[in-house]
Amino acid sequence: MKVKSPLEIYKYLPKTNCKECGYETCMSFAAQIIERTVKPTDCPPLVRDAEKDSKVKKQLEELIELTSPEIAEVIIGVGDNAVKIGGEEVLHRHELTFFNPTAFFFDVWDTLDENTLHERCSRVVEYRKFYVGFSLTLDGIAVRCTSNDPKRFREVVKKVAEYGKPMILVALNPECMRVALEEVADRRPLIYAATEANWKEFLKLALEFKVPVTLRSKNLDTLKSMAKTFKEAGVKDIVLDPVTEPLGEGLKRSFERVIQLRRTAILGGDKDVAYPIMVTPISAWLIEGDDVTKGYWEAVIASTFIIKYADIMILRNLEQYTVMPTIILRYNIYTDPRTPVQVESGLREINNPGPDDPVFITTNFALTYYTVESDLISGNIKGWLLVLDTGGLGVEVSVAGGQFNATKVKELLDETKIAEKVNHKYLVIPGLAARLKGAIEDETGWNVLVGPIDSGRIKGWLEGNWPPKKE
Amino acid sequence: MAEKFTIEEFFKLLKKYNVEELEGVRIEGDLEIEFEGGVIDPNLINALIGLSSYMQLIQEFGAFLYHTNMALTYLQRLSQALGIPTPFAAAPSVVVPEVKPLEVPELKIPDKLIEAKFKPYRVEYLGKIEEVTLGATRADGGTREKTVTIGGERSLAFYLFDAENPHMPVIAIDVFDRPPALAKAVREHYEDVLNDPAEWAKKAVKDFGADLVTLHLISTDPLLENKPAREAVKTLEEVLQAVKVPVIVGGSGNKEKDPEVLEKAAEVAEGERIMLASATLDMDWERIANAAKKYGHVVLSWTQMDINNQKTLNRYLLRRAGVPRDSIVMDPTTAALGYGLDYAFTNMERIRISGLRGDEDLNFPISSGTTNAWGAREAWMKDSPIEGDTPWGSRELRGPIWEIITGLTLALAGVDLFMMMHPGAVVVLKEWMNTLYENIKESVKDPDAWITMEV
Repeated sequence: MKVKSPLEIYKYLPKTNCKECGYETCMSFAAQIIERTVKPTDCPPLVRDAEKDSKVKKQLEELIELTSPEIAEVIIGVGDNAVKIGGEEVLHRHELTFFNPTAFFFDVWDTLDENTLHERCSRVVEYRKFYVGFSLTLDGIAVRCTSNDPKRFREVVKKVAEYGKPMILVALNPECMRVALEEVADRRPLIYAATEANWKEFLKLALEFKVPVTLRSKNLDTLKSMAKTFKEAGVKDIVLDPVTEPLGEGLKRSFERVIQLRRTAILGGDKDVAYPIMVTPISAWLIEGDDVTKGYWEAVIASTFIIKYADIMILRNLEQYTVMPTIILRYNIYTDPRTPVQVESGLREINNPGPDDPVFITTNFALTYYTVESDLISGNIKGWLLVLDTGGLGVEVSVAGGQFNATKVKELLDETKIAEKVNHKYLVIPGLAARLKGAIEDETGWNVLVGPIDSGRIKGWLEGNWPPKKE
Repeated sequence: MAEKFTIEEFFKLLKKYNVEELEGVRIEGDLEIEFEGGVIDPNLINALIGLSSYMQLIQEFGAFLYHTNMALTYLQRLSQALGIPTPFAAAPSVVVPEVKPLEVPELKIPDKLIEAKFKPYRVEYLGKIEEVTLGATRADGGTREKTVTIGGERSLAFYLFDAENPHMPVIAIDVFDRPPALAKAVREHYEDVLNDPAEWAKKAVKDFGADLVTLHLISTDPLLENKPAREAVKTLEEVLQAVKVPVIVGGSGNKEKDPEVLEKAAEVAEGERIMLASATLDMDWERIANAAKKYGHVVLSWTQMDINNQKTLNRYLLRRAGVPRDSIVMDPTTAALGYGLDYAFTNMERIRISGLRGDEDLNFPISSGTTNAWGAREAWMKDSPIEGDTPWGSRELRGPIWEIITGLTLALAGVDLFMMMHPGAVVVLKEWMNTLYENIKESVKDPDAWITMEV
């Protein structure tokens, strides 16, 4: 966004500190706008006044313009499934955070047999990967026109639309695109792609059907020309595809083009290229080799550009060995580095434990917690899991930093009334917290057992250590 | 598509609004309009002006007008002739877009693209990453056949369009002095050499293309064999005999014993310019640094994902122990994909950017223990322990890619030296690095072909 200081935003706000937005002061609300956790329209009095007073309305519009993201945001699809891309502010995640994760679209094509079409669409719809408390899912389906037959393309697009996922329509022939849009324009698909050869027809389609459009060119002058032309003609939702070449020098140049586009938009302030970027790892399927080679290389290209600025991708391989690592990489790269990922502290009951079962303790760092939790669940271990609030830090770091300490352990024992639920006084602490054994025993009066360093070894550890030998 | 607007339809519309007749007007054929007598009946004008739904009428005409300039001309002519002050007679282009019932906006398609020149934003850094050479040939007092130099960057990793970076990152393969716990997919490649570190090192270089080997002296671990340092370093001598690439030597990770082990290793490898892995803040780093200085080796400065600690340890090594600037490599800690990779990535990226911006406590090459990727359960577990997860599929294929993507991610953050294990992962990561270093010329002829491919 153009403004860097809350002061610049503050002057547009009512300055009444009315707290209607949920923040104590207008200044702290302004600071939240800078952090992108709220929008100007989250200030209720400002919105109300804008409705009545055209002068305020103008101010609000100005503020929205000033605080809009560096890279335009584009929405594909409608309703709950719609996916938002772009909206980025920085080149490195530690400078703020990345906002809208790279959207994954998997391809189908209109000469595909019905069963395979259904199978691929279903896999996209049904995909789930459980990770730090979330279910990671896939974003959409790209329908390619391989028949060059408008009627056929229309039919298949209609079928795919029924799966309810956002779509990219892939056809360079404007006639095919037109009939498909007549069928599904109200689903707000992204159309792919306007090129130097067909841009007039695609510009017409984008305007007529009011759908987002991808512009495609290897030549960045041409790409910028097209973006300027489309914008001037009234198209707001633009995606840039600087062409993904899958191999050798071609891939190297693609890498350069993507970085130059994003860097020039953000650091160079070139608004004509400040749009979401499309990358097509699917082009890896043009190389020689077996499916695993192609799938691996597709995942390599995808990973490169998940890290370096792709906002949306078209992919082919739906096998877990590539979907799982790329979807997790996406989650990792787009996690907000400003807030440690954490879970609620307290007591969790694992596998319906009874009074004889062990009591474990871990931290509220999501990664630690879910690893321990899933280890206990998958190991069929019955137990009580205490989750200590370490401010989202892992065991090793919080022991060193003092967030994991005996006083807090005692408080947690008291709060959760765990002593009333079990008929023993044995607490299993993580191996990495071994040095707190004495302090916790002194503070709480419980016996402390030092568990393994890796929660994956709890099962084996219990065999030798539980129930505890009476002293 | 242009809709036909005929005079008949015009009359129908007039009728709809209770205009019975246009007196004094005679319309011939489709186009010609003539006025009899030259005088317009004021009643007609009043009739039209007085229409309560006048604007609606205008809009209904608008529907036709929008599409056919011909019709517009008719109506303009007609209204002018009738003396009715229709808005479109005066400024048709203003009224037309306001036509409400129409969905289709005015499409102004330009004839050609607006010309534009893309000017890439240039980034230059003042700083430079130190160049560190590992291994020494006979000329330099060692017995290596080749040396490996890392670092020297003046731009972000692989941004060769900003500045030429002299050295592509290199890959070392891990070798252990006793069989370690390994994932099945890794173990099967080393099954025949697990009990012979020298053969293991040979295999890593000859069969799997390692640029260097890292020998981990885990047998020295007091909790395992507790092998004395003096004895353990014999394996180092064997490995130095077996391969001619530069060697990295690691301890067991025991803070008390490692300094002694690495000291002995430094001694027996005098002149070979090995890397001692590693010095950390919570051990006797000075002893390791002194050994490196004394015998001409490189120190790996290892911290736990904390840029400030990294800075502190580097300063200690540089200023307190006096290690030369060309003899420090950093290991800011590698976490696996899905298990803290985001922290590792951002930490390394920040360290690298600081180095490029001129922070002389941080401008050293970076090393990554990429083998850590195998700690992720997705890399080795048979299937998901979580109910409702899409099945994980073949783990033989999951493991290597876990290592590849962990490495690739950190390569983009600035890693210069990878320590890896799976031969397939080594091959793919190298291929990718060679590609971005433009060492691979071959390209796909038609990168558009995927758009219409039928497989």
